[in-house]
Amino acid sequence: MNIKRLLPFILFISIIVLFWRGLGLHPNEIPSPLMNETVPQFHLPLLFNPAHSLSNQDFYGHITLLNIWATWCSVCAEEQDFLLQIAKQNDFYLYGLNYKDDPAQAKKWLAHYGNPYRLIGIDETGQVAIDWGVYGTPETFIIDQKGIIRYKHVGALTSNNWETELLPIIKKLQMEAK
Amino acid sequence: MKKPIFILFMICLTSSLCFAADEYDSFLSFQEQQRFHALTRELRCLVCQNQTLDQSNAALAADLRAKIYHQIQEGKSDKQIMAYLTSRYGDYILYRPPFNRYTLLLWCGPFLLLILAISYLFFYLSKARQTK
Repeated sequence: MNIKRLLPFILFISIIVLFWRGLGLHPNEIPSPLMNETVPQFHLPLLFNPAHSLSNQDFYGHITLLNIWATWCSVCAEEQDFLLQIAKQNDFYLYGLNYKDDPAQAKKWLAHYGNPYRLIGIDETGQVAIDWGVYGTPETFIIDQKGIIRYKHVGALTSNNWETELLPIIKKLQMEAK
Repeated sequence: MKKPIFILFMICLTSSLCFAADEYDSFLSFQEQQRFHALTRELRCLVCQNQTLDQSNAALAADLRAKIYHQIQEGKSDKQIMAYLTSRYGDYILYRPPFNRYTLLLWCGPFLLLILAISYLFFYLSKARQTK
């Protein structure tokens, strides 16, 4: 008798718990199927040297961070200060993929906000970004020494998510290489 | 005087019926057009997540349509195109989730609930008959 009376209450509480958890989900963060896959094959002209290219061949022998950015992306501007900070560490190569942008505009933007990248490939049509499973800017990939994608971060890098999410992975990759 | 306003209003309404994915129609054969639209209606735009690639005006949706268009021209099958897109964006891009261990509850849940409800109904009815 007592249990029967409690039943609606228990049901109510469990629905509340379910909905509460639903509120905490991030439907904008789509898990990438490229995790632990080799870098997709691509070839992009370099922003500052269009005769040369950034390609999947440039991802071997070192840890790489690939940052997808654009001048029309306001969050990318917010992120730039932090990228300049982390680029000072020599633990990894930081590459940029300039996404659906105007190269002249991109150069101007970098002159203003600073250029943390070792190499920048320009993807004016956004077709290479699709091969990388990009769906928004900024996005940052961590690629290990063997050219395998190990992590993807969607949204701006901050000292907070850097310390808690990305740096531990980089440290782990360094340990693995030793 | 009211008629022109009414007509104007109706014209405004029709604009919402237009779809974005017509840019490639002139380049594809009728059969390929059909395939193109069938595919883009099955695929989710990843930016505006409740729209199909067919409906969405988002820049990414346009790029993905371009990718699908090129792949159709290259002679890829629907299956190959779907496989390519899921290898990049995951099952998330599919509006019809595939049946696997992650979606087991999603596909079987409703039937499970139905079975539960029916068995409760029988239980309830037999109990009611007994008390009579």
